[in-house]
Amino acid sequence: MKIKSVNTDIALTHILSQKKQTLVAALGVTIGISIFIFLNSLVQGFSRYSDESLFKSVPHLRVYKEDEMSTPLLPDTSNSTPVLINPKISNLSKNLINPKQLLEIIKDQSYVVAASPQVSLSVFYKSGNSQINGVANGVMIAEENAMFNLQSSMVEGNVLDLQFTTEGIIIGVGIADQFNILSGDFLTVVSVDGIIKNLKVIGIFETGSAIVDKTKSYINLNVAQQMIQESPSYVTDIYVNTRDPDMAPAYVDDLESITHYQAEDWQTANAAAQAGGAMRNIILLSISVAVLLVGGFGIYNILNMTVSQKNNEIAILKATGFRGKDVIKIFLQQAIIIGTLGGIMGLILGAIIVTIMKNVYVGGNIKYFPIQFEPDIFLYGFLFGLAVTAVAGYIPAKNAANIDPVQIFRK
Amino acid sequence: MDKDIILETRNVGKYFHDPVKFKVLDNICFETYAGEFLTLVGKSGSGKSTLLYILSTMDTDYEGELYIGGEKITGQKQDNLSDIRNLNIGFVFQFHYLLPEFSCLKNVMIPALKLGRLSPEQIEHEAYEKLEILGIKDQALKQASKLSGGQQQRVAIARALINRPKIIMGDEPTGNLDSKNSEIVFDIFRRLTSEFNQTIIAVTHDNDFAKASDRTIELADGKIINHDLQL
Repeated sequence: MKIKSVNTDIALTHILSQKKQTLVAALGVTIGISIFIFLNSLVQGFSRYSDESLFKSVPHLRVYKEDEMSTPLLPDTSNSTPVLINPKISNLSKNLINPKQLLEIIKDQSYVVAASPQVSLSVFYKSGNSQINGVANGVMIAEENAMFNLQSSMVEGNVLDLQFTTEGIIIGVGIADQFNILSGDFLTVVSVDGIIKNLKVIGIFETGSAIVDKTKSYINLNVAQQMIQESPSYVTDIYVNTRDPDMAPAYVDDLESITHYQAEDWQTANAAAQAGGAMRNIILLSISVAVLLVGGFGIYNILNMTVSQKNNEIAILKATGFRGKDVIKIFLQQAIIIGTLGGIMGLILGAIIVTIMKNVYVGGNIKYFPIQFEPDIFLYGFLFGLAVTAVAGYIPAKNAANIDPVQIFRK
Repeated sequence: MDKDIILETRNVGKYFHDPVKFKVLDNICFETYAGEFLTLVGKSGSGKSTLLYILSTMDTDYEGELYIGGEKITGQKQDNLSDIRNLNIGFVFQFHYLLPEFSCLKNVMIPALKLGRLSPEQIEHEAYEKLEILGIKDQALKQASKLSGGQQQRVAIARALINRPKIIMGDEPTGNLDSKNSEIVFDIFRRLTSEFNQTIIAVTHDNDFAKASDRTIELADGKIINHDLQL
């Protein structure tokens, strides 16, 4: 075949003979694509950041015993009058039976990367006359650390030391500040069942959330069991982390069928936060799409002008044997060339914006603006830009193809 | 003398619908032969240009039948008509309709590049040949918009010739030219018919031009009133 088709040749000549307009139209696409890339990278970076901070305290999946409701004494049969009884929670304990074996089974699943048994209890932290209400999490600290990387938020001490000190505790920085205590000091913890323990502070953590830092502590699982006067086999929850958090809902059924307990994914547990995030994403996505569409209008506009200026030339091309399809190709190629040019510049501009924003310090726990290079967003931005360009170019191209040469020649 | 019929119309009629329905062509039947230099004359509004555009295959809204080279053109698809024009018909208009951003050479080459029968190098060679025939080879690489009117018209003729069409159609091809340039164009047409056996069908107001052609068809009120007008 021919190296370069005559249609392409004509399209290129048109473009080169109006460099300025071409550049302006391309710049529209450039701005559209770079804004698209920036906003979407921002969305992705932001949700990654908020997922990361969420997963510091929330597992991908939670296995627990569902409350059982009492059923009516007399079931409804067709001939008898049904007796209605107020349904009430009827289970005596939230204990998972044989938690050790359950933990082994869960850990054996190929998709599970970490599982951690939990007993949490309400406690008072006491020092002298002052006391704070809080929640103590009884955990196996090695598993818990594997799941939530507790060490990363430690400001003092080593989390794993809790394994070696049975009567130890890791507290939030808010509690430590309030009581003015450091690692190595002792803290009195009282459970709602009235059990009093004097626990040695192994370490202090800071999550960045004042409420958590003022209430939360980690203690050994067996200490927690003692404090609510339960046996060493008492466990209320098993936290499970999977390879891909987004896949968590898919494993719910599987976990339920192997454990015979209720499983809940983090998306369900945090539906409100999820909805908020989705809303934020939709807003940013619509802005970026709108900007891109404006870029598309730029192309539409310039091609429309070109077509109306070149009515005579289109007519003679059609007279000399160019088909409607050829005319469409000529103008569509111009649009695509403009779009590609603008797209490449958009990728560069997008990369520059992301680089700049990455280095903007915002302070707090976030530190630097949570934005990263997302290759797939660059790709989508480019493809989407091209798609908008193609649509914007097709309409004037189609109009050009519909020009009736006879009407032009007869003027 | 035994002549090949190259183009034939059978009972061609056409209506204009705007502003009122009006029969602009009525029962046009004629034939034209290979190598014939045919002119169409008539007063303004006689329908001669309308007829030419039907013959050109660009206007498909008519009744009756049109044959080119023995092939029935009426009712063919637009894409086929495009191919037929590309291969068989060259156009010369009152206005040159060159593509202003392209060189003269490129303007001449475009219909052949579209046809794609020859390599670009061969096409370029042919285009130079055509420009030479028309005496404007030295202008080949100039941009089309930079030429004088007469030169532009000659480039347009070279473009019409590039695919060696069987028929060359002209709508007032000398209408914008002074007498000297008109003469040049006429001589070229003459040579095409005699040397290359190409057929010319031209609409004209120019009586000298018509007089020197092989045959002149006169139209009035959409009808042929004379198949061989003697001027």
